Amino acid sequence: MFTGLELSPRSPEANRPGRSVSVIGVRSSYRDRSGASLQALTGVSLHANHGELLAVVGPSGCGKTTLLELICGLQSPDAGTIECAPAALMPQRDLLLPWLSALDNAALALRIAHRPRAEARARAAGLFAELGLEGFEQAHPHELSGGMRQRVAFLRTLLSGKPVLCLDEPFGALDAITRTEMQGWLGRALEREPRTVVLVTHDVEEAVVLADRVAVLSARPGRVRADLEVDLPRPRSRTDPELIALREQALIALGLGAPCSA
Amino acid sequence: MLLVIGLLGAWEVYVDSSSTSSSILPAPHSIAEALWGNAGLLGHNLAITAEEVGLGILLALALGFVLAVLIHVSPLLRRAFYPLAVGSQAVPIAVIAPLLVLSWGFGLLPKLVVIVLICFFPVLVTTVDGLAGVDADQLKLLRTLDASRWQSFRFAELPAALPAAISGARIAVTVGVIGAYIAESQTASIGAYAGLGREINSDIYALQTPRAYAAAVVLFAFAIVCFYTLALAERRLAPWANRP
Ligand SMILES: Nc1ncnc2c1ncn2[C@@H]1O[C@H](COP(=O)(O)OP(=O)(O)O)[C@@H](O)[C@H]1O
Ligand SMILES: [Mg+2]
Repeated sequence: MFTGLELSPRSPEANRPGRSVSVIGVRSSYRDRSGASLQALTGVSLHANHGELLAVVGPSGCGKTTLLELICGLQSPDAGTIECAPAALMPQRDLLLPWLSALDNAALALRIAHRPRAEARARAAGLFAELGLEGFEQAHPHELSGGMRQRVAFLRTLLSGKPVLCLDEPFGALDAITRTEMQGWLGRALEREPRTVVLVTHDVEEAVVLADRVAVLSARPGRVRADLEVDLPRPRSRTDPELIALREQALIALGLGAPCSA
Repeated sequence: MLLVIGLLGAWEVYVDSSSTSSSILPAPHSIAEALWGNAGLLGHNLAITAEEVGLGILLALALGFVLAVLIHVSPLLRRAFYPLAVGSQAVPIAVIAPLLVLSWGFGLLPKLVVIVLICFFPVLVTTVDGLAGVDADQLKLLRTLDASRWQSFRFAELPAALPAAISGARIAVTVGVIGAYIAESQTASIGAYAGLGREINSDIYALQTPRAYAAAVVLFAFAIVCFYTLALAERRLAPWANRP
């Protein structure tokens, strides 16, 4: 079971009751090598309530990673405000540390929080079985499959104890079968251990299957094209007509809708 | 291995067939005889050289590593130390070695100074590069997990730099052996601290050329053993590095 993952005592409550993440009118840009400014996001407003899963979909390069880094406080916006409970990032590359075992990678946040090594390992080990990682505790990252690495990276994010999880295309690099499996365990893991999640993906179906709300971003500079409520019971079926209709709506917002099927 | 045997064979044939005197170019068999006949003396000198190199390398590792960390964490210290470290490599060792003896006498100390001076530099440079080569995204990730500066160092930068530091140490042992030779031949010694370098030099003056070559062979073997010991250490300490 997912137990003992209380919120870290340092975390201040999200500013507005019921709301874990609010992004209001945010603009963000990078400087390229010639010094010219490159707009990544413009006028983006989004929010996620406590315990909600907000999916953010958009074409590659539209600023999804930038948005997560803003939410996690790794960057600050050029304009607009971000109010957010403490957030942990699961980066697009899993970034497991090659010199640590799978178990120690998963327990990294606890070690950083000065928990004794044995306690940190015990807590991570308890979750290994949950995620089908049993027997791989001592394996090093290069000995794990892509799906396993993602699960270890997810555990590391979860064990940070932060109320908000930012997942950056967690299943983007996986094959279709593994991805579907992973989506299943992510849903179950969050059912047991509710968190507010911002899930970035470029897979519209993944978004509507997993999320409570789906924000669709335009191509760069990213702006919110659509903000869709997914008010369907879980577990969801990919063939549910309502779900297919939502998926179609999201695709249309992306400019990819098939007009004849409407 | 075959290459070595082939070369030795060619050398033997060349020396035997030409009229070269064994005091100018000894044949492999006479070197082997010298090696066998002087095993005790060579062993004694090897022990001395090994002590110098071993201690020197350890000190050089410590110095190179500490300097590298200081240079890595502080731009100010980088500006202060890096030019000095580079400058230290331009110092002609052969010139200062006798001066070191003047100030520190005939003991181990001046030789250690020479070896450390030569050896810390490769460790310093490779470690600085290794520390700077850490994956910036790993540091970013550690920041999201609220890691302190020290924790980022301990969990990411230090292990990332370890293979590079060990490579530096491998360069250091090979130049350290040369350093020991220079130190021994440049710092006049009275009895106690001889070493293989001194042995080679005095044998050459005394036209004991086969023994000089035998001493060189011992030095050569010692360098190879040191080098592969460190390669082994790297595999133990940094098993994640050097994977295909
Ligand atoms: N460090 C950076 N320097 C300059 N431009 C960047 C940097 N990071 C991202 N960008 C640019 O900003 C845009 C958005 O990037 P990103 O947020 O990574 O997009 P996404 O995650 O949606 O693919 C892209 O066009 C990218 O080229
Ligand atoms: Mg991205």
